[in-house]
Amino acid sequence: MKEIFDFNSNLKKNILYLFVGGVILSLIGLYQIINSGHSHEEVSQAVGTYNSGDGHSGYHWYHRLYSNLWINVVYFLGISISAIFFVAIQYVSQSGWSAGILRVPLAIGRWLLPGSILMLIVFAITNHDVFHWTHEYLYDKLDPRYDYVIDGKKAYLNLPFFLGRMVFFLGMWYLFYALILKHVAREDKLGGTESWQKLFTISTVFVVFYAFTQSVAAWDWVLSIDTHWFSTMFGWYVFASWWVSALALITYIIIILRDNGYLTFVNHSVLHDLGKYVFAFSVFWTYIWFSQFLLIYYANIPEETIYFVERLDSDIYFPFFIVNLILNFFFPFLFLMTRASKRFTRFLKIACPVVLFGHFIDFYLMITPGILKSNGGFGFLEIGLLLVFLSAFLFVILKGLTKLPLVAKNHPMLDESLHHDI
Amino acid sequence: MDEKGKKFIVGIYEDEDILLNAISSVKDKGINIYEVYSPFPVHGIENKLGYKRSRLSIAAFCFGFLGLCLALTMMIGMMTIDWPMIIGGKDFLPLPVFIPVTFEMTVLLSAFGMVGTFFVVSDLKPWGIPKTFDLRSTDDKHVMAIELGDNKIDSKKIKTILNTTGASEVNDKVMDL
Repeated sequence: MKEIFDFNSNLKKNILYLFVGGVILSLIGLYQIINSGHSHEEVSQAVGTYNSGDGHSGYHWYHRLYSNLWINVVYFLGISISAIFFVAIQYVSQSGWSAGILRVPLAIGRWLLPGSILMLIVFAITNHDVFHWTHEYLYDKLDPRYDYVIDGKKAYLNLPFFLGRMVFFLGMWYLFYALILKHVAREDKLGGTESWQKLFTISTVFVVFYAFTQSVAAWDWVLSIDTHWFSTMFGWYVFASWWVSALALITYIIIILRDNGYLTFVNHSVLHDLGKYVFAFSVFWTYIWFSQFLLIYYANIPEETIYFVERLDSDIYFPFFIVNLILNFFFPFLFLMTRASKRFTRFLKIACPVVLFGHFIDFYLMITPGILKSNGGFGFLEIGLLLVFLSAFLFVILKGLTKLPLVAKNHPMLDESLHHDI
Repeated sequence: MDEKGKKFIVGIYEDEDILLNAISSVKDKGINIYEVYSPFPVHGIENKLGYKRSRLSIAAFCFGFLGLCLALTMMIGMMTIDWPMIIGGKDFLPLPVFIPVTFEMTVLLSAFGMVGTFFVVSDLKPWGIPKTFDLRSTDDKHVMAIELGDNKIDSKKIKTILNTTGASEVNDKVMDL
């Protein structure tokens, strides 16, 4: 069994192809959007009344680029922090079954730092165009575009506080991640249970910290795009989406590594547990999604239903609304239901990428309608930018895999993981 | 005992580790084990005995699906076909509203169906008394039953084999199964 991941030039070349392909597709997409530009600038009825008075109906082609940048930034950063959360809960619960595979989620966490920097940069470029509430005039009572509702949220939604939260969360998450990495490396060098106990403490604090900050981050980064609207389920909803994507990615990378001669000790029982995670949290996501939908649908209060009206009464978003449910609920639910499908890589290799793509669609649906209203779409630009981000993301995490041995040989519970049997 | 039925040799084991090793060595000697009874689930015993996977999950799925259909039929029949009413400004067929009840019925029937199937399959039906080789298998002893007619080896040899594998007791038993 190979102990250190070999990030060879062949792999790098493939990632480069992915990157170049993504750039080309994005450019084609951009070219199309610029040329078709102002033909459908009209704002739909529902959205028009909703947004009346803000004087911000001017759609430019770069809005679509910005909204896509923001989707990808949030999606990949979320997967990365959720992978770190996965490591943390394994230490908190003192799990043995996962001891042998923890290096994979740790490597996915490597995206946290570049992802955070990207997030700050993208926010600096796109702020007014993605976050409607950042406009100064909304808070100016003398301006005709003054917005009573948004002004009421001023104590929370203002730039210094927002940026402060963003930097604080990202910084603290990275601090916890760096601490976890440090002690994991120390455990490799020194052995014993001291590092493991330290990791238990760090992870416990991190899990509690993450539980609060993740919700707030979800309100800030995703919910505040639809500034007038709010949902108390939203933190959980974003969490479920990030978390199940991270689980699917962890499972998928482990399977691919296993096929290539790494982590050969990962047996069917470990795969079964990972598959159960993906299955269970797909259902959990659906539960959260439906709880949010059903209450809003049943109560039928206009300022709440507007969120779903934008998505259901739209030719652009309605198909994705259905696709979202099929990819993230019906497909994993029926496909991963049997025991065999979770124990054999053949099935998981299909299910994990589908779930990952499904949750990209989910974030697309959360973010795009709020920014682009009726000017959105799904074409070359969306796919292209996803590939660009994916290639950068894969490069960082595969590079991260080489930095530590693939197996934590001094993990006190490694033996349990090697003989995991359910 | 002059009951009618098949002849069995019954080995009593005190400990599940001894039992697991005993199963392997008894099978190595070419003896077919009729069944093993234990008071609690023993990890890995189904692989040692070469059990096929239980089909209980298929029964659970079927019962669950039945529950789903029943719930939808009931609600659509009542709320849409038999007596349509406008409630909360919704359609006559408000599917999102039906989903919680559908979910509950699916879970209820799949759980009841699974437990019922399990009881019937494991001979725990309310009518009749389940047959046990040794009542102590419901308390603290593991019981391995070997059918004589199923094996070519004579009973004395089987008894010595069972004794060497760590059985605390080896008995004869005639059971009408």
